[in-house]
Amino acid sequence: MSALRRSLNRIPWAYTAKRLMIAVPTLLLIITVAFFMMRLAPGGPFDGERKLNVATEAAINAKFGLDKPLFIQYTDYLASVARLDFGPSMKVLGKDVNELIGDGLPLSLSIGLLSMSFAICVGTFLGIFAGLRQNSTGDYSVMAFAMLGLSVPTFIIGPLLILLFALNTGLFAVGGLGTYPNIGMSWYNMTLPILTLALPQIAVISRLMRASIIETMRAGHVRTARSKGLSERDVILKHALPAAILPLVSYAGPAMAGVMSGSLVIERIFGLPGMGSYFVDGAINRDYTLVMGALIIYAVMIVLFNLIADILYAILDPKVSYS
Amino acid sequence: MTDPMKKLVETETLERAFEGGRSLWDDAKRRLFRNRAAVISMFVLGTMVIIAIFGPMLWIHDFRTISERNEIAPTFENFHILGTDTQGRDLLARLMIGLRVSLSVGVVATIVSLIIGVSWGAIAGFVGGRVDNFMMRFVDILYAMPFIFFVILLLTVFDRNIILIFAAIGAVEWLTMSRIVRGQTLALKNMEFVEAARATGVPVPTIIRRHVLPNIVGPVAVYVSLTIPAVIMAESFLSFLGLGVNEPLTSLGVLISEGQKEMKEKPWMLMAPALTMAVTLLCLNFIGDGLRDALDPKER
Repeated sequence: MSALRRSLNRIPWAYTAKRLMIAVPTLLLIITVAFFMMRLAPGGPFDGERKLNVATEAAINAKFGLDKPLFIQYTDYLASVARLDFGPSMKVLGKDVNELIGDGLPLSLSIGLLSMSFAICVGTFLGIFAGLRQNSTGDYSVMAFAMLGLSVPTFIIGPLLILLFALNTGLFAVGGLGTYPNIGMSWYNMTLPILTLALPQIAVISRLMRASIIETMRAGHVRTARSKGLSERDVILKHALPAAILPLVSYAGPAMAGVMSGSLVIERIFGLPGMGSYFVDGAINRDYTLVMGALIIYAVMIVLFNLIADILYAILDPKVSYS
Repeated sequence: MTDPMKKLVETETLERAFEGGRSLWDDAKRRLFRNRAAVISMFVLGTMVIIAIFGPMLWIHDFRTISERNEIAPTFENFHILGTDTQGRDLLARLMIGLRVSLSVGVVATIVSLIIGVSWGAIAGFVGGRVDNFMMRFVDILYAMPFIFFVILLLTVFDRNIILIFAAIGAVEWLTMSRIVRGQTLALKNMEFVEAARATGVPVPTIIRRHVLPNIVGPVAVYVSLTIPAVIMAESFLSFLGLGVNEPLTSLGVLISEGQKEMKEKPWMLMAPALTMAVTLLCLNFIGDGLRDALDPKER
């Protein structure tokens, strides 16, 4: 319990508050830029093959508030976002953006978090394993694997895994989901997407951890621990590891952003109806409201994960003081 | 008579050795060329660059020409040695054009990020104070942006073209560059030789150009070599989502995406571009790693 209380005491509340305050203008900037970029661009969501007749066009414009002056549209939109209402979708008939995001977000988030945790576990282990055996065969094979993971992008690994394990051997279904009428998630079939998404992160994390543990093993406090006569196991687990893990914490924020953009491709390859596919389809169809909604959710998540990573760092590293 | 002569020769070689002493760059070069993976990668990549530049001119098939029989598997008949795509266009010709587009996106976008990042970082670091604070907060804010999502928006909203892709990706990648350069500049700024230049009245732009920039070449070179593969990957990522270069032009990402759709019946359409892409990125990453090991003073 006292360890928990000690960590709670280390949360830099003032810094957290400041960061949250900065997050608001950042999000506002994102919304503003995206809003005007989409509205000022040539072509709109309702430009089809044929020109709509005037009455229909007027009715549609009135429904989405597109007939109002641009600035009024902007303030209206901000007001509704503040109420957490992203408005009706412009292309998916009869659906609100909130509903669509509600459908897609849980899937994307669970894939992202699962592959991130998987990558952290495996990557940390591999990195430490390699770092402690610097320049051995084990080290070289881990680093070769990491180099492959770094160089072969997900959109190659994904199709290859499908080809090997789904089409040729039939171990997994091609999509992560069950068959069409009762779309239910099957965790078993999620293995391939999660693995694909995790692989580049495993590569980065294991390289990071390897470098970090090599550096830490040379540090003064580790030498002290050794000279006290501690067993090599205690030296590594109690003295080297806690220090070596720090760079990983500061990488976790950007990594999560990487995983989320990676999920755009993963969802396309494996045919998963997550946020990513809504975002890409929405962007291609010019579904303004859907794209804006998805963009805002992504931005909030990235800001949030970065904040969590920074706070975690402050808790773990006694040298950091935010004031 | 012989002894003094011998001595003279000896001192001469000694002096010559001194004059042509091993500079930092000689050391780095030696370390880089001792790295086998990096040397092999440079060779392979060099070959690929030559193929990408001259291959399309020399190969008998044009990347736009549609053959009478479409969807041919790899065969020596008519020299479709990698087969054709679904529209009957020679895959090797398309692969070479794709490689050319991907590589040039990588290089051009990296140059864009290099120019913006280095000038931004050098100015912020050298001028310091409020200007530095403002410029780096700006970078912080941009860092928090979900950039790949903005690039996707940009590409869908405006008509897709290759220049926009260059600019968009380059604009994303300059942020880290500017941070690296600023850090280096801050460290250099207070060194004696910069102070001396300032004391003798050398104007600030000249100090930055003549004294600061040459000293940050090392870390920048390392970062550049790691940016090129990142950019190629980003471009392919966009191409894969259907937001890349326009037909009939192609890139490795477009080819992979086309191949993925047909991979069950026509696996050759996926394998060739996937392998090319993987080899290119592997080479670039090996060279980047080699450069880092050669130039990073910490590893010495």
